[in-house]
Amino acid sequence: MHEQNAHDVKEATRKYIYVFVALLLGTVITVIASFIHFGNHAVNIGVALFIASCKAFLVAGYFMHLISERKLIYGLLGATGIFFVGLMGLIIFANADQLFTGFR
Amino acid sequence: MDIPYTVQARPDTGLYNAKVGIWLFLASEVMLFGALFSSYVLLRVGSETWPQGLLNVPLGTINTVVLICSSITVVLAWASLKLKDFGSYKLYQGVTVLLAATFMVIKSFEYRDKLTHYWVRLNDGTEMTGHIEGKPFNWTKATLSKPELGLTEIHFHPDPVPAATGAHADSEAAHGHEGAAAHESLTIPVSEISRLESFGPWRSTYLAIYFTLTGLHALHVVGGALVIGFLWGPGSRMWRSDPERLTNRVEVSGLFWHFVDLVWIFLFPVLYLL
Amino acid sequence: MTGHNGAAAAAHAAHGAGGAAGHDDHHELGFLRKYVFSSDHKVIGVQYGLTALLFLFVGFVLIALMRWQLAYPGEPIPVFGRLLEAILGPEVAFKGIMSPDLYNSFGAMHGTIMVFLAVVPLAFGAFGNYVVPLQIGAPDMAFPRLNMASYWCYFLGGVLMFASFFIPGGAAKSGWTSYSPLATIADLAHHVDGQTFWLLGMVVLITSSLLGSVNFIATIIQLRAPGMGWMRMPFFVWAQLVTAFLLLLAFPPLEAAGLMQLMDNIAGTSFFLPSGLVVSGRPLEVSGGGSPLLWQHLFWFLGHPEVYVLILPAMGIVAEIIANNTRKPLFGYRSMVYASMAIGFLSFIVWAHHMYLTGMGTKISTFFQTTTMMISIPSVIILTSLFISLWGGSIRFNTPMLFALSFLPMFGIGGLTGLPLGFNATDIQLHDTYYVIGHFHYVVAPGTIFALLAGVYFWYPKVTGRRMNEFWGRVHWATSLVFMNLVFLPMFVQGLEGMSRRMYDGGATYAAQEGIHGLALAIKLNVGISHAAWLLGLAQIPFVINFFWSIRHGEKVVGDNPWEATTLDWATPTPPPHGNFASPPVVARGPYEYSFAGRKGDFTPQNQPA
Repeated sequence: MHEQNAHDVKEATRKYIYVFVALLLGTVITVIASFIHFGNHAVNIGVALFIASCKAFLVAGYFMHLISERKLIYGLLGATGIFFVGLMGLIIFANADQLFTGFR
Repeated sequence: MDIPYTVQARPDTGLYNAKVGIWLFLASEVMLFGALFSSYVLLRVGSETWPQGLLNVPLGTINTVVLICSSITVVLAWASLKLKDFGSYKLYQGVTVLLAATFMVIKSFEYRDKLTHYWVRLNDGTEMTGHIEGKPFNWTKATLSKPELGLTEIHFHPDPVPAATGAHADSEAAHGHEGAAAHESLTIPVSEISRLESFGPWRSTYLAIYFTLTGLHALHVVGGALVIGFLWGPGSRMWRSDPERLTNRVEVSGLFWHFVDLVWIFLFPVLYLL
Repeated sequence: MTGHNGAAAAAHAAHGAGGAAGHDDHHELGFLRKYVFSSDHKVIGVQYGLTALLFLFVGFVLIALMRWQLAYPGEPIPVFGRLLEAILGPEVAFKGIMSPDLYNSFGAMHGTIMVFLAVVPLAFGAFGNYVVPLQIGAPDMAFPRLNMASYWCYFLGGVLMFASFFIPGGAAKSGWTSYSPLATIADLAHHVDGQTFWLLGMVVLITSSLLGSVNFIATIIQLRAPGMGWMRMPFFVWAQLVTAFLLLLAFPPLEAAGLMQLMDNIAGTSFFLPSGLVVSGRPLEVSGGGSPLLWQHLFWFLGHPEVYVLILPAMGIVAEIIANNTRKPLFGYRSMVYASMAIGFLSFIVWAHHMYLTGMGTKISTFFQTTTMMISIPSVIILTSLFISLWGGSIRFNTPMLFALSFLPMFGIGGLTGLPLGFNATDIQLHDTYYVIGHFHYVVAPGTIFALLAGVYFWYPKVTGRRMNEFWGRVHWATSLVFMNLVFLPMFVQGLEGMSRRMYDGGATYAAQEGIHGLALAIKLNVGISHAAWLLGLAQIPFVINFFWSIRHGEKVVGDNPWEATTLDWATPTPPPHGNFASPPVVARGPYEYSFAGRKGDFTPQNQPA
């Protein structure tokens, strides 16, 4: 989002409204999904995190303009993402022997 | 002396300074909350029991909606400045601050709920959860024996015992307490109580991570609201002297606000629903 | 321009000649805004430097006192012992004898102060702040007020840490690593104890370094002068950039861990407390179910990158000084840059080599062992490049160069002795012994601190307009080098004999026990090490006097570029005014154009037009 003229901004504003509605819908779906038993609780967790990720994508992509951002920012967030995955993944892997499999 | 690229973008990066700064800051925030989420996963996977349904889902849902609304007002406020519509900016950003306040008020009710909900262990080893008559705030065994309260006994309304055992059964316990309070009350002498604690962070690992994550998130909400409030109030005078710079500031504070919203999008299912 | 005299300004602020020079728009600034709450990167750099040097001294005093207890266990410390008793009370230093609690406090705080309050602020806060904007041709940092906030956060963190010595129960005493559950249960008698102060101090310090690193990265990305392409940046700037990224992304997990341990300490949570803890024979009344290993993971996720935070700026300083004093370009500048990036990346995935003994699975141990061996490759690339840079140079052996040259073998010893610790099998023997102490002190003390001292001697003329005395500089260097090695080399022997790093009596009790062999030599070495350590302290006196004396009486430098250097920091007026450059510099060439054939003179400054 750089150097927009008035028309672009109006266009973008309409997009923001769609995203807003989608976010509200996402919230409702998450709550409903949490009351449905998919058999295994892991499925419930997967569904909830999937919806959350979709919502996060919408917020980051549109509200934070990440879908049309500069390369520099992508590089920075990419590196952060890698380190975050490393942090979470390796800690869990390091404790794998002591841990049970899956969520209760 | 002027620092270059405070308003205009540097040609080779295409960014102005503050935007680089805020994204760097957000990257570190990702690692901060990322570490807490990692801890959550590790503690949960390693725990023997993990309470479910201890929180008030309707309140959490309302707060989610509140934050989403505030995100759209922030982005609309920025768009208004881009369209040179200062009046709309004031309106939207005012609403944002109000929504942030609403979020905090609801959050404080949730905290209060937890801190007036008790677990008690009697000398004979019986353990119960429930409410003390008068809904006192965060009592402990030490509070009971304070001479100025002059307590010899407490009236305790236990949570209804779940009919069936299983993952979802104990979830009813927390929600049903309002109704339960009406029909059953136990009188427990203070001398019988060996331990008493509210459902604060000390109660369980789950509550510990709940209070830590939401507390840190709430601090971010307050911090963000202060900045947005400043840019709405005294900071908005810059509109006359340097409108582009104000627009940049609003964009940058907005990026932070969306991040706070984004964290909540994960916190809500992780703490309330799963 | 006497009023802008960097170091002189902060130290001798009382008679700074104020706005006498009347530099354009800021002559209205009062004393407070100019020298105390300044947003000028140079003043902040000097503030960082002086505060960090002060904490370096505090950290040294702590260890000097501890070394008495190690050399002569249970005997009263002469002179200073009585002082300790008077200040901290007879319960921790009765008749001048150091109590075990005090020993533990001093040990924990020595590490904390040296790492977080002395070396990193000196390397990153002071040199980074002062030199980076100058070297990239910027008028200041990208966010000057954030820069000021960063220094004052650091200052507050320092005050909190220092104050913790004087609260009931004393300072934190669970090691600089603050492992849980020990850190939480070490002082159950006090609700707010030294550990609480430590954690609050750390949270503030982390905030400071966060503000600093955001500022550094934004500055380097955004404020490079026209023509200053990425591969024209001096290696020092690259090193600081990578360091800033390490601080930015590795510190937040420790902040998270710090907040959780704070909750454990204050709010009675059990993030790091396992179920079934028994303290002094009584079960601890906590909910339990926490993971002590989680603390270690989060701590070392910072802790290991922190090692590179300590070493990268030092390498940067040494690279600048070596290029300048060999009068030839750095060998393999590009490979050094890529190597520093590789170090930055790899340093995030090696942390659990500090935790081999925690019972991790063999697969994950192998993973961390592999990455640990991998990270030695880029380190060796940088060190080798620096060594090869010496080849064929017409070396000027001035004080900064002597320190920079001794950095190379010292860091080499520190790095190579790390390899046995990085291997899972050998680490089982060496873990938590004095071998580890010897290893990382070789990296940090004769390594990083020598590089920092080299930097002080090197940039002093730019900051003050005067040189430090060369003769006393050499005395300082020679004595420091000898005593550093006398302190740390015997520690490898002690460690190999199996002497544990945290023993209050230096292992005397163990050695006295029947059936325990070895340690006899280790115990004897303790006395020698302690004396060498105290002499090392005395060896710094010429430096301290030289440092302050030269502010007013040092030899005045002629011109702005006394070392005949190529980088932009020497293209500014001396000392640099607010806004740094007389006219905005334009960069036309790489950073180290020394002794190019067919050029007039043996150096070409970066801003000399092509």
